[in-house]
Amino acid sequence: MVISTQNLTFTFGSQTVVKSLSLQVPEGSIYGFLGPNGAGKTTTIKLLLNLLKTQEGSILIFEKELQSNRIEILSQIGSLIEQPAIYLHMSGKENLLNRALLLGVGEKRVDEMLDLVHLTTAAHKKAGQYSLGMKQRLGIALALLSDPKLLILDEPTNGLDPNGIIEIRELLVKLTTVHKKTVFISSHLLAEIQKMATHVGIINFGELMFQGSIQELEASNKPSVQIETDRSVDAANFLKKNNIDVAEVNDHCVFVPFTSKETMGEINALLNQNGYTVYSINKQQQDLEKLFLAITQHA
Amino acid sequence: MKGFILSFRSEFYKTRKTMGFWSAVLLPFLLCLFVFIGFFAKSDDLMKNSGMELWLKFAAPILGVMGLLLMPMLIIFIAYSVNSLEHKADTWKTIFSLPIPKLSVYAAKYFYAFFLLFLCLALFVLFTLGFGNFLGILKPSLKFSEYSIASILTQIYFKFFLASLGILSIQFLLSLLFSDFLKPMGIGFICTITGGILAGNGWAYAYLFPYSHPMMAMRAFGQNTKGGDNHPSAMPHFTVEMLTKDTWVSLAVAVAVFVAGYFIVLKKSVK
Repeated sequence: MVISTQNLTFTFGSQTVVKSLSLQVPEGSIYGFLGPNGAGKTTTIKLLLNLLKTQEGSILIFEKELQSNRIEILSQIGSLIEQPAIYLHMSGKENLLNRALLLGVGEKRVDEMLDLVHLTTAAHKKAGQYSLGMKQRLGIALALLSDPKLLILDEPTNGLDPNGIIEIRELLVKLTTVHKKTVFISSHLLAEIQKMATHVGIINFGELMFQGSIQELEASNKPSVQIETDRSVDAANFLKKNNIDVAEVNDHCVFVPFTSKETMGEINALLNQNGYTVYSINKQQQDLEKLFLAITQHA
Repeated sequence: MKGFILSFRSEFYKTRKTMGFWSAVLLPFLLCLFVFIGFFAKSDDLMKNSGMELWLKFAAPILGVMGLLLMPMLIIFIAYSVNSLEHKADTWKTIFSLPIPKLSVYAAKYFYAFFLLFLCLALFVLFTLGFGNFLGILKPSLKFSEYSIASILTQIYFKFFLASLGILSIQFLLSLLFSDFLKPMGIGFICTITGGILAGNGWAYAYLFPYSHPMMAMRAFGQNTKGGDNHPSAMPHFTVEMLTKDTWVSLAVAVAVFVAGYFIVLKKSVK
């Protein structure tokens, strides 16, 4: 495990922000750390970076205790917390050179990073004149500068356009598959994480609600049957009377939990025989977003 | 130590294009230049002065404007600019997650503010001497070459530097706590005026108030110049008592604030 925490608990005053969190981040994974705003994601990340002192529980990174091996561990971590921290009066390249100075990294690496995040042409422009996307990319270049084994990114795609998001996603996938890095990435958007993560941890009110591989998450996600009829509300009531569970109704569709193909056929026949016109009926995987909401709202 | 040096170099790299840095260079240059121009224009009236009188007349207005008015403002500004850099860029959390001891990062910033003030005062000495000697070359009738003020001037400015450390550290802490300019500026301004009044009225305990220290250092010099003007024979006895009790207070405040600031910054970085 690259990151392993045991019963990590953190309290701000009387408010417990992180509750006995036990994260397990395997090597080479893209670990999506999900949760709604205010769930404790950033606090957890700050604990992982030793910006906050561990109050209860333990943090092991690269199998070493964080507090007593702080410098050694931090030298192998690249991080981007919330907004990228960039000196606006300096150019993109100067920002990287400054960090390179602190990390003892050569200028060649700076140029490589600029190239990697497509900022070579804007290298000498003041960072204050960068667009949000460019700032975010510069933030990622800063995080990658020391060629760290572990990248900790807090909502790195915030404010990026779809193209930018795709680029970052491809970059992260490449980093883990080709360069064997581990990425710990937080987000409040499951759809975003779903496309790249290999592992997921879902946190709400400081508690870990789910942790496992993305396949495990999908497995816990039950499919449903979407039925499009002429009178969906009436149809839903009718189905209920016939002892068929209805998960959701809206103006156009009725959703029924999927049990088997045969049941789907029976429902179709039942509706048709009783004067409902079925325009379409199909099995669909429930949106992971809904699953995410379901998990986080159970708390 | 390596972390401290790296952080210190980084501080220079970050600030070298900011007003915070350049104000420390331009202020002594411009102030000395203005006095130089004034002397150059009025050189005929000054020909009868002895070398020592000339140097004192040349250095005194620079010292006066600086010590009473500009220096507290400069200190407030330097302390602000070093910290606002991180506030504006929201980089506290970044510099404290570098693989460098937190103490090194903080100490580098603190000493960089000291360095800027030191640089500024050292440039005051250099520019005063430089412009004075240059004036002596341009107008040989002015007897600048007859006397060397270098030693006493260096001592006075060094005393100034020591006397400013208390204020600088307090302003540093205020700028660390508040991200806007107005709060440290407002507090600093009020304290500077209070300090001026306390020291000006010779209040017995003014030495305990750091904002009075530059003025107290300044007054010591003022008495000396008077003595020098009236009794040219007293000239060789110019001395600056470096470690007076106000200087000790200034140093003690600087050390205390340094320690307190470290614990505050550790909490601050996580907000």
